[in-house]
Amino acid sequence: MSEMSAMNRKLIQALAETISKQVEHFNKTEVEFLIREFNVLLGEPTVPSRAASGLDRGRFRSILHNSFGMTDDMIMDGVFRTFDKDNDSLISMKEWIEGMSVFLRGTMDEKIKYCFHVYDLNADNYISREEMFHMLKNSLIRQPTEEDPDEGVKDLVEITLKKMDHDHDGRLSFADFEKAVREENLLLEAFGTCLPDTTSIEAFEQHVFQEQLEQ
Amino acid sequence: MGVSLTRAAQWTTASSGTGKLEFTPMNESLLKEILHFVEQFSSQHPQEAEHVFVEPLQWSTTLVASDFKTDYDISESVVQSHEKDSEGHPLLQLSPPNVYVRSFSQLSKLVHLADDKKLEEVRACLEENTDPMVKILGPSFASILEEEGTHTDGLSLVRKVQEEDQGKGSEVNVKLFLLLQNMDNQLLSQCLKETSEQVKLNPVTVKNEVELLKQFCSEGENRVLKSVRYTSDDEFSNGCRAPPWRQVLGEICYLVIEPLDTETLYITCSTAGVFLNGCIKQEGEESGYGRTSDIYKDLVTLLKSRSPHFSENINNQHFAVQELPSTQEIQHVESVDAEEQGQPQRSYEQQEKNVHEKARQQHSPNKAGGEKKYEPCPRWKNLGLMSPCGKAEGKKPSKSSGKEKSGEVQKKKLGPGAKTKMKAEFSVSSLPGRLSSQKIKTPAGAVPVDGFSESSSESEEEEEQPERRPESNTDLPPEYWQIQKLVKYLKGGNQTATVLTLCAMTDFNLMQETCQLAIRDVGGLEVLINLLDTDEVKCKIGSLKILRKISHNVQIRRTIIDMGGLQSIMKILDSPVKDLKALAAETIANVARFRRARRTVRQYGGIKKLVKLLDCVPNLVNLTANQEKDVEVARCGALALWSCSKSTKNKEAIRKAGGIPLLGRLLKSPRESMLIPVVGTLQECASEESYRIAIQSEGMIKDLVKNLSSDNDELQMHCASAIFKCAEDKQTRDLVRKYKGLQLLVSLLSKADNKQLLAAATGAIWKCSISMENVAKFQEYKALETLAGLLMDQPEEVLVNVVGALGEFAQIPANKATIRKCGGIKSLVNLLTGTNQALLVNVTKAVGACATDMDNMVIIDQLDGVRLVWSLLKNSSADVQSSAAWALCPCIKNAKDAGEMVRSLVGGLELIVNLLKSTNNEVLASICATIAQIAKDKENLAVLTDHGVVPLLAKLTNTTDDRLRRHLADAIGHCCMWGSNRASFGDAGAVAPLVRYLKSKDKAVHQSTAMALYQLSKDPNNCITMHGKGVVKPLIHIMGSDDEMLQEAAAGCVRNIRLLALANSKAQLFI
Repeated sequence: MSEMSAMNRKLIQALAETISKQVEHFNKTEVEFLIREFNVLLGEPTVPSRAASGLDRGRFRSILHNSFGMTDDMIMDGVFRTFDKDNDSLISMKEWIEGMSVFLRGTMDEKIKYCFHVYDLNADNYISREEMFHMLKNSLIRQPTEEDPDEGVKDLVEITLKKMDHDHDGRLSFADFEKAVREENLLLEAFGTCLPDTTSIEAFEQHVFQEQLEQ
Repeated sequence: MGVSLTRAAQWTTASSGTGKLEFTPMNESLLKEILHFVEQFSSQHPQEAEHVFVEPLQWSTTLVASDFKTDYDISESVVQSHEKDSEGHPLLQLSPPNVYVRSFSQLSKLVHLADDKKLEEVRACLEENTDPMVKILGPSFASILEEEGTHTDGLSLVRKVQEEDQGKGSEVNVKLFLLLQNMDNQLLSQCLKETSEQVKLNPVTVKNEVELLKQFCSEGENRVLKSVRYTSDDEFSNGCRAPPWRQVLGEICYLVIEPLDTETLYITCSTAGVFLNGCIKQEGEESGYGRTSDIYKDLVTLLKSRSPHFSENINNQHFAVQELPSTQEIQHVESVDAEEQGQPQRSYEQQEKNVHEKARQQHSPNKAGGEKKYEPCPRWKNLGLMSPCGKAEGKKPSKSSGKEKSGEVQKKKLGPGAKTKMKAEFSVSSLPGRLSSQKIKTPAGAVPVDGFSESSSESEEEEEQPERRPESNTDLPPEYWQIQKLVKYLKGGNQTATVLTLCAMTDFNLMQETCQLAIRDVGGLEVLINLLDTDEVKCKIGSLKILRKISHNVQIRRTIIDMGGLQSIMKILDSPVKDLKALAAETIANVARFRRARRTVRQYGGIKKLVKLLDCVPNLVNLTANQEKDVEVARCGALALWSCSKSTKNKEAIRKAGGIPLLGRLLKSPRESMLIPVVGTLQECASEESYRIAIQSEGMIKDLVKNLSSDNDELQMHCASAIFKCAEDKQTRDLVRKYKGLQLLVSLLSKADNKQLLAAATGAIWKCSISMENVAKFQEYKALETLAGLLMDQPEEVLVNVVGALGEFAQIPANKATIRKCGGIKSLVNLLTGTNQALLVNVTKAVGACATDMDNMVIIDQLDGVRLVWSLLKNSSADVQSSAAWALCPCIKNAKDAGEMVRSLVGGLELIVNLLKSTNNEVLASICATIAQIAKDKENLAVLTDHGVVPLLAKLTNTTDDRLRRHLADAIGHCCMWGSNRASFGDAGAVAPLVRYLKSKDKAVHQSTAMALYQLSKDPNNCITMHGKGVVKPLIHIMGSDDEMLQEAAAGCVRNIRLLALANSKAQLFI
């Protein structure tokens, strides 16, 4: 076991070296820790052939839920999609680190891109009315007295479009989204929380970067 | 009918025997029920209607023969019906004023005939026939009733009746009995319903009752109350006047009622009833809400129990006042009945409809009379405390019965009515607010003009004026409905929806009052404040972004405080999120613009938290993004402290929290946006001694001077203002000079358009010119010429300072000439006619200083300046009096032919002598000095003596104030020159105290006292007194003084004493 981990360590260090040059916001050690965390999350590969795979949707979602308190399925799927750049329904180690770089330490620009991706459910580079409705449909308490329980949500979508759709084409392009967020930072996570809050970031970093150091 | 009449109806207790039905709403409705019953009777129960009463119902009617028609035998005034009973009595007989009726059919006919007076007829009938059951059915029935009470059900009663009545066996009788019984029950249940509702007062009821009572306050013999008023003119949309946090407890409003015979009553009206409270005279007195009496069902009852006079007179009043409404009520009832003819039983819906009909009438002004109504007002129901009115219709429980449709129609009619009413109120309420909003300063806005007086801060209060909501028909703007919708989403949305909605809300023009008040009126303010207590950072940020804008509105501020929102905002100051802290502080800066808010900030430890925000490193050249945020937080903190610093206690709290060094550090910031609130706070606080010392010792003067050269007017103004306040201290003045601030101050005078800046700059120049070194510097910069140019066409705030500065400048002789050459004398004399006391003090001082120059004096004399100064002795302010008197001294001294001039002022000398009765030492000293000058003219001295100056001066001699002593002794010395004044002073006991003056440490006192003693010693008796008091020793000591005058006076006095002693011994020798 120790032999194996010694070998692993070397491997991981080499890997971290390369990745840390490609990914922003993390230094080499931090990347190393993230790799370790990734491996832990992946669990010991039962079948050797699957060792090189990545986190599947279910695992990833449970991370989002447990570590970052996310609850909305649709948003979590969106986050998974955004992490999973090659669309293979698995988050590889590289994707994991790249994703986390934005997720934990992204600049405003990076976050805007990230959020837009999360909200662009069908990945057509536009957030359409329907997508908005989809994401917002559970955001209001439905009042049984109203004739159309979705009326409020529809109205909310219209209000949002009015605020964010600068080119008035009835959908949000990336440019629309970016402009709106720059004007009002609160709109970054307009359609659902897809970024962790400061406390959970701190907790996660503490857990990954420091507790492991102590081991 | 019997039971309800005897038990439920409210009878007046006052009159004997017959008793009268009180004019209460319940009786009113009982009567209507009975009337209705009677009217319907003959058509619904023809058989029973023909049944002849055992005894006729008899009462005195208002009907006359001409009222009756064909069916009756009319002979003169007597009327008889065609129908007769078995014994031949006519079923109806009228022999004025009495009428006798023996059957229901006749009764209902009569009621129809009576037309609009039918209610009175029914009333009279019931009043005079207290036991109609007995009369109608006979005593046997009545006894059964009495036996069974109301506990037995109808059936068993019937059985009993049948048993009793076996002989007569009249089925009709029983039926009639049952009908009556039924009616009685119905009446009772209605009474019960009304009584149970009665206890629940509502705003409309209270309002009506107050209106009624107000009518009783009118002058004349009908007057039963002195006054009735609300403690607050401010009526909420739900009709309440109590503040919202009291409304929660069901309180509607507070009243102050002055009865004619007892002490003033302070009354709380709540939904549970009315009671006396612990003296709420004005809104906002926290202490007085407690209940100090029993709860009464309404105001009249309470007043009856408290004021005997009221209870005596009120019943007569009720008649007079209620006449009109009650007749209207009858007509109204009839109109409803017309539609409902033939309905066997009055359904609940019908009653409800009636109620609504009434409610609608309630709004028409002519209904404002005494009519009370205990149904909850639809407006109240619909609007709730804060809820949007639009929802109301849906909430009302729908009635499930055949008549629902008509009820529905009524409701619909009513719904929009209430809505428009609310609309109207809302939009008009914004008017006064809009006016007041103009007063609001933006955080970086101008400082009030009066911010320069020493006690500036407290006087600059944003008054908590009651919000008026006059009625009008203006419509609501579309924003109102949009905001209402958004608030709905805020209430029912999760975090995402809330953030979106908040962002959408910021798109409205939140600086516009319509939007601000719309948010409040649809209950948005509550939601926004509630959001502050959540853990959602984004929601909090969004909420604060809105709050910080709308809190520019006075009414919103007040509501935030009322809701306890300020506490929530202050909690956020501890948050680790910097954006949040900054926003919260900025909101506090807006909210804390009135006293109550500032107190709240202090009491909840807000000052400490705000001071903590100031801790940052402001003066680095390159800041990281994080430090940048710290600086922004500090800026907002400074803004909040600036607002808070307008209360004296807060100034103290800021100091205790260690705010001064932090402010000092921020003062080194290169940014204007930071400097303005910091300097603003400092200048506000500089009214406190502790701050002035700290500002000086912490080296802030240097920075203040430095910022005088800023190109921001506002910053310059605050700096100048801070210097103005601090430069009372000599060291500060020197520091200003050292840092080359004087020139900067003079250069500010060129910005004559900005009056506030000018006032601050001239103020600083004034205070700095107290040091003569500074005056010399100012002369270099030609300040005096510029200042003299500012003597005309300036606001008083500027004039006070300019004139003050001139007064200081004129201490240097060369400047007196300069002032004259600049035409300053004329301007100064012109200003003597003003009314501003601060200005007058300075003007008289400057005039006095100028008058020490002979050439100036000529001009002053020509302009009649002495008379103007003299007339200021009549001013109510002691400061003005003394300042004027001081100015008179050089005037009299330097005027040509001064004696004649003084004499020419009619009543002037008497005025001077009378001022010796003042209690202000400064006034007394100045008047004594003036008297000393006046007394140099013998004729005037004679007049002074005639006015009794001697005893008045003598009375003052016991003072210990050295300044007064000096001038008093001077005055006494000069007044000795006339007639027997020396002896009079001796008689008045002035000599002995004067001797004590020689022990004073003040050399000036010694001098004037020695002179006075010398004069007094020319009277032998005084010599004896002086000698007895041991004057010689100190005088000999004084003879060793350097001052020749003093030496001479002391020596002269001793000589006189000595001469007397010699003469005495000689005389003894000769004896």
